[in-house]
Amino acid sequence: MKLIDDANQQALARILEGEPRLIDIVPARELMPGLKDRMILHAGPPITWDKMCGPMRGAVAGAIVFERWAPDLKAAAELAASGGIEFHPNHHFGAVGPMTGMTTVSMPLFVVENARFGNRAYCAINEGLGKVMRFGGNDESVLKRLAWLRDVFGPTLGKAIRACGGIELKSIIARGLAMGDEMHQRNLACSSIFLREIAPTLARTATDNAILADCLAFIGQNDQFFLNIAMAMGKAMTDPAKGIRGSTIVTAMCRNGTDFGIRVSGLGDQWFTAPVEMPEGLYFAGYSEKDANPDMGDSAIVETIGLGGFAMAAAPAVAGFIGAGAPSAAGDFTRAMGEITIAQNPEWTIAALDFAGVPTGIDVRLVVDTGMAPVINTGIAHREPGIGQVGAGIVKAPLACFQQAVRAIAGDLGVS
Amino acid sequence: MPDQEKQPYQSLLTGKVKVVNVGLEGFVKDLRDCDIDVVHLDWAPSAGGDPQMAALLAKLGV
Repeated sequence: MKLIDDANQQALARILEGEPRLIDIVPARELMPGLKDRMILHAGPPITWDKMCGPMRGAVAGAIVFERWAPDLKAAAELAASGGIEFHPNHHFGAVGPMTGMTTVSMPLFVVENARFGNRAYCAINEGLGKVMRFGGNDESVLKRLAWLRDVFGPTLGKAIRACGGIELKSIIARGLAMGDEMHQRNLACSSIFLREIAPTLARTATDNAILADCLAFIGQNDQFFLNIAMAMGKAMTDPAKGIRGSTIVTAMCRNGTDFGIRVSGLGDQWFTAPVEMPEGLYFAGYSEKDANPDMGDSAIVETIGLGGFAMAAAPAVAGFIGAGAPSAAGDFTRAMGEITIAQNPEWTIAALDFAGVPTGIDVRLVVDTGMAPVINTGIAHREPGIGQVGAGIVKAPLACFQQAVRAIAGDLGVS
Repeated sequence: MPDQEKQPYQSLLTGKVKVVNVGLEGFVKDLRDCDIDVVHLDWAPSAGGDPQMAALLAKLGV
């Protein structure tokens, strides 16, 4: 159908032509005029407290205490349950967040600007491994780290980013793909490249050597540091592709631990949701699938632009880490995703596939036609609040979201 | 049926059998266990066999 094909080419061009650049770190309240006290932004499509899973509730309670809207976790949960907190998806505020995806007024956010289209997208700073709020952690150590990110790390790194005029991101991704990253479960190369680029300016702009050392160590000790930057980049690249009538290209995929949601270009901000699936993967010592929570996070925005599970061929080590089979079979995932996308990204290539570009532009028609669901690399959270990450794996997007979208596009175009 | 019309089919069974397996991959192992050459074609009907969805997809250009 020519109308759809033309619209899809336009949506694809808008994704590929993006010029994402990390330009700052700014508290959320300064970036989002609509974000007020007692409002919490979360990962995934819209959800209410009564439907939230354990780690999401744990993170919400922690975020409430962090913002001092309640004195302790028990009071925080009661406040949320009584309707005292307003919940909205990050996506409704131009943002994304990994796993539980908590965003509140005082949290410092990465700001990525898409210079080609003039739009911006935001994501909180990656907290590191262990007990962290994105996996539902909410104890004193979690809140203390968040306070340090807000009061020390965010302002210090933000100053350096501004001082160096921002950091161009697409070339970091290109190098990361050549160094074994897929930018979802492996960000070791990109985190290292980022540190190499920012360190000189950070050293020049930091006002205290001890703070400088702490900041360098925080980045250097977190292999997943770059994930949140990649996520904000993904959001900045896909937002300009929204609202092209007739386009069947996916512009967002995300999950809130209860539901999986997608958005499709031709239907703007409408969500198509279905119950989220359980990840399949490997578990840390002492944990098993009976501890696992259904999948969470806005991080599938990286798969939406051809990275993560779509770029598995670039990161064979990840296939083993997440229990997705032999490293030698990593290319099968990328080739399979080529069946449900309309193009390859010529700027982001994979050496192991003779420099084929990552599969880009998920077409809901192709997903439904082939029955091949997008593959997402993911972390696995414990089902109980406050415990954190227990493993890593892959999860498939539920086909029902894509079937709904196909029917809605058909309805919008008067096709029955 | 005249003998000359049977012959092409008979030759399929008298010679070495070669198989192209379309769809369900489970048959491949059984055939290979019998020392039969098999090429597997990974195929599934459009929209998982849902005729209404397949028809809709066809109208949308798939």
